[in-house]
Amino acid sequence: MVAGVAITVPTFGREALHAALRPLWVHLLMVGWVTQMIFGVAWWMFPRPAPARRFGNPVLGWSAYVALNAGLLLRALSEPALATAPGPGVRAALVASAALQFLATLAFAATIWPRTRGT
Amino acid sequence: MPRASVWLVRTALLHLTLGAGIGAVALAGKASAALAFSLALRPVHVECILIGWTLQLAFGVAYWILPRRPGGAKGGDTARVWTAWALLNAGVIAVGLGGLPAVSGWALASGRLAEVAAAVLFATHAWPRVRSYTPA
Repeated sequence: MVAGVAITVPTFGREALHAALRPLWVHLLMVGWVTQMIFGVAWWMFPRPAPARRFGNPVLGWSAYVALNAGLLLRALSEPALATAPGPGVRAALVASAALQFLATLAFAATIWPRTRGT
Repeated sequence: MPRASVWLVRTALLHLTLGAGIGAVALAGKASAALAFSLALRPVHVECILIGWTLQLAFGVAYWILPRRPGGAKGGDTARVWTAWALLNAGVIAVGLGGLPAVSGWALASGRLAEVAAAVLFATHAWPRVRSYTPA
């Protein structure tokens, strides 16, 4: 939401920074809020296979949580930085943020897939 | 979970991983000239995530969890939901590809029509299942 405010304030300066903040704003809301809320509610509500009735592999579940948030945080820092002061470190951080977010979705899909089953 | 919900949710998970994978390559493409081509895949990323993942997951969970009509078929009109599943996924593929520069605009238009038809079918299925709850 703060990034959304930032892109509406013209005095925040350079066009390149605005262009970087817009996708960041979308992804903070769509990944950080909507997708993460779906991940959490699905982990809680989806059927747990009998007889153990376990939620699934907790390591994968926590990995999804950590990777999603670490990736998003890294993106929030590196994407605007790429627009203002590009350098090899910033580029590497942005690539790492992309990889972390992708790994988070793989970990979530792997935990939830066995819990989507017919009754 | 009904079989149609299993298919809807699992197809949504496939769209999530595909869409996130394309999005990750496109994000990395901002940092690496070698991956700059991937920025053209943005329409596929958006379509997979917004429609293929988010909307389809909502369809799957709603079909599973909405109240069932007393005396009605279990889960309502199953054929309508399966048709919505087929149309939605055909639409996502057509719109995703239709957003690419080399593909005809007809793919985009027909894909959107298929998505609208899927939404209408699902909404008309779900409408009678959305009822107020009166405790006995």
